[in-house]
Amino acid sequence: MKLIYEKSKAGRRAGSLPRYDLPNVEVPEDLRRTAAPRLPEISEPELVRHFTALADRNFGVDTGFYPLGSCTMKHNPRVNERVVNLPGFRDLHPYQEEDGAQGALELMWRLQEILAEVCGLHAVSLQPAAGSQGELTGLMLMRAYFADRGEADERRVVITADTAHGTNPASVAMAGYELQKVETDDRGNLDLDDLRAKVDGRTAGLMLTNPSTLGLFDEHITEVSEIFHDAGALLYYDGANLNAVCGISRPGDMGFDIVHINLHKTFSQPHGGGGPGGGPIAVRDMLEPFLPVPAVVRDGDAFRLDHDRPKSIGKVRGFGGPFGVFVRSYAYIRAYGPALREMSEAAVLNANYLLARLKDVYDLPFDRLCMHEFVLSASNLKREHGVTALDVAKRLMDHGFHPPTIYFPLIVPEALMIEPTETEAKETLDEFVEAMRAIAAEAATDPQTIKDAPHRRPVRRLDEVKAAKRAVVKFGFEEHPDLAPVKSEAGGEAIEAAKGA
Amino acid sequence: MSHLSLTDADREAMLAAVGVASVEELFRDIPEGVRFGRDLDIDPALSEPEIVAHLTELAERNVDTGKELSFLGGGIYDHYVPAVVDAVLARGEFLTAYTPYQPEMSQGVLQAIFEYQTAICELTGMDVSNASGYDGTTVAADACFVAKHATGRSKVVLCETVHPQVRQVVKTYAPGFGLEVVEVAHDGGVTDPDELGKASADAACVIFQQPNFFGCLEPAPDLASAANEAGALPVAHVDLVSLGVLEPPGAYGCALAIGEGQGAGNFQSYGGPHYGFLAARSDLVRRMPGRIVGETTDLEGERGYVLTLQTREQHIRREKATSNITTNQTLLALAGLVHLSWLGPQGLREQGETCMALGEYAKERLGLPLVFPDRTTFKEFAVHVGRSATDVIRDARAQGVHPGYALGRDYPGLDDAVLVAVTEKRTPEDIDRLAEVLGEVAR
Repeated sequence: MKLIYEKSKAGRRAGSLPRYDLPNVEVPEDLRRTAAPRLPEISEPELVRHFTALADRNFGVDTGFYPLGSCTMKHNPRVNERVVNLPGFRDLHPYQEEDGAQGALELMWRLQEILAEVCGLHAVSLQPAAGSQGELTGLMLMRAYFADRGEADERRVVITADTAHGTNPASVAMAGYELQKVETDDRGNLDLDDLRAKVDGRTAGLMLTNPSTLGLFDEHITEVSEIFHDAGALLYYDGANLNAVCGISRPGDMGFDIVHINLHKTFSQPHGGGGPGGGPIAVRDMLEPFLPVPAVVRDGDAFRLDHDRPKSIGKVRGFGGPFGVFVRSYAYIRAYGPALREMSEAAVLNANYLLARLKDVYDLPFDRLCMHEFVLSASNLKREHGVTALDVAKRLMDHGFHPPTIYFPLIVPEALMIEPTETEAKETLDEFVEAMRAIAAEAATDPQTIKDAPHRRPVRRLDEVKAAKRAVVKFGFEEHPDLAPVKSEAGGEAIEAAKGA
Repeated sequence: MSHLSLTDADREAMLAAVGVASVEELFRDIPEGVRFGRDLDIDPALSEPEIVAHLTELAERNVDTGKELSFLGGGIYDHYVPAVVDAVLARGEFLTAYTPYQPEMSQGVLQAIFEYQTAICELTGMDVSNASGYDGTTVAADACFVAKHATGRSKVVLCETVHPQVRQVVKTYAPGFGLEVVEVAHDGGVTDPDELGKASADAACVIFQQPNFFGCLEPAPDLASAANEAGALPVAHVDLVSLGVLEPPGAYGCALAIGEGQGAGNFQSYGGPHYGFLAARSDLVRRMPGRIVGETTDLEGERGYVLTLQTREQHIRREKATSNITTNQTLLALAGLVHLSWLGPQGLREQGETCMALGEYAKERLGLPLVFPDRTTFKEFAVHVGRSATDVIRDARAQGVHPGYALGRDYPGLDDAVLVAVTEKRTPEDIDRLAEVLGEVAR
């Protein structure tokens, strides 16, 4: 399909803006643009067709089942899109005076209260822009907390699980901490002996996802919490998997001191092809003074922004955070009310049902009841028929499904990480089971068809290795290599790295 | 609950397949002591019409820019967002997809990001753009991280005329990055290249903003030269809306161009979600944070797009990654692409010219002393209002006009200054009305 720049024609345009009968202002010569940017020149009908054609070449939860593990691809209720577009929210300037933003501030305050209740903690900042920024913010809070206690120089180490999302170690490094990894035991829990050997006076804290990225609830979470708290360290909860436990078990009650919540996962902000998200953090009371500014606080019947927090770490993002995300998530939670646990119950039931129906045809590294997701392995198919997790993923596309997360967590070879979410119907789950079983059977009879998949998408398997080597990352206009066809160069080499999570 | 699709019969059949007697039993691995024993204390559930009514009531307690004649700017602007943006963003294939980990399922969004990267490179004059950052503040912290690793230096220089929140965010990130932050004071509303040059010695990068927070045009080419001479990477924080009329940072020697994209395609939305953009010279590509889309071919030699240069990223490089970013702002960046395609090069230039012309008209009509006289400004400018700016704003708002941002909030000594922003949506008659009201309430 042509790029929009290849459809461009000099002199064409779509939009028009008001022009007023006013004299033009001279831009000083050395600051004046000389060569016009080559933006597309296209009419509105052509523009709409272009983006409609692109949409047709994309796949969302609206299109079909999207069991991308650890990403919680649930249905996004459309009423949330209606309310976020109310002019009072959409057209509100972030520097509007507080008396002109009472509705927005009240909504933020209400969402903070709900998230504190769901997490079993005391105070919330909505500011972080996404989960990974919530992680970094949480680590900054740890640092500020220990600095305030005069322990910053000793407490230099943050421990993560070997099953952790890549964001955890990356955030640890960005926060200026040293990283230490703890191993997983043979039931999929943290290895307590390994942990006891590693936690000491140099430990600032633990970052943990619970249920873990294996989809398993840590059966020793109380002991884990004691080990860290006894050493004077803090516990950080990566909320990527909070969808499993809302109203069922609260991170604060498990012993966690800092939690980030992914509003785009658990609370249904649409994922938007990669964002936006929201990564609020909830904390135990002793950490509240360090939260980002401004805080949204209630004063009697009024709401205001409190900038006067002398111990605050500062700001991690502009203004009060991704407000439109708050509107959608607040509306989403209000549709459940106190029965929010029904969401998590259905998510866990759907996952266990899929697991029960698939575990006889794929390897299962940890044979336990799962929470909202589970991890299978295609090791058996690879060993017996040379069919990898990547091949299974590509073949699932031909059955009309988005693949699960693959090659993650790293401790499971040929991992297939499957998260159905609560919004799927049993019929859809059954169809997915049939597809997964058909692929396992096909691996024995016709592995090449799987290795050549997908066959029914707008493109065949794409060459990721070649893309990284030549790094063409923008249209090159007259010098663009693709103005001449490159049909002779066949590709198809995909990188076997985590895809998803 | 209408978001769920399971019937009672489904549940029974599924529990039987799992081999448990009840939903509760599914949670048996959760230790007794940490199970939550009551209902969540959340207000009662609402039906869809009740949700709409409740949120409408909250929304109506806000004074949006449709209810008040607003001249607020300071980084977020009331620019027109075309209807085609709404239409494209409503497509579920974009709205409800995630990061294109599986390219064969995601050619639509991958091609769109490739086109977005191209638009950002064209506007900024840079070689490579990422797929978006969180906003105009965090991309500045990202740029510092790139510069630290590219130069091996650990000092960053911020001009005081850079958006106060951008500076705050850089300072919040700095301790973790091991960075020292130095600020350079302004001289009459702009930065002195000589002062900047002195501060740049041993610096990893220098961040200036064009047009700056006061709306003034900085001597940007001289600032970039001063940084380059000191071996510091020049980073320009720019407004996309200005780049139809202003020289792109790539044309005057910048290493990185960053900024807040809201003005191109996003509504104000009380500060977010919007998109930050980050573009760089080609030599910095392997140090860039975030997703980047590249072109490739499929098994049959057909052109296609994939996430590329992924060995920079956290899911492969983990603690050695160039950033921790995963979820970004793709949908908002897509809105930016649609908006810029709708405007085209001529529309963008005209929009910039209109904003500048309206700004000059407003300066003249208001007749108030300019805080920084003799400066060329783009889209906004600062005036003295003769008494406390917050009092003047309060009194003007009582007449339905919001005159702008009280600069004293961030710049001590400018307590009587208001930053007035004019976009193409404000007419000369709107400006006449502002002049009339300020004529009454400013002294």
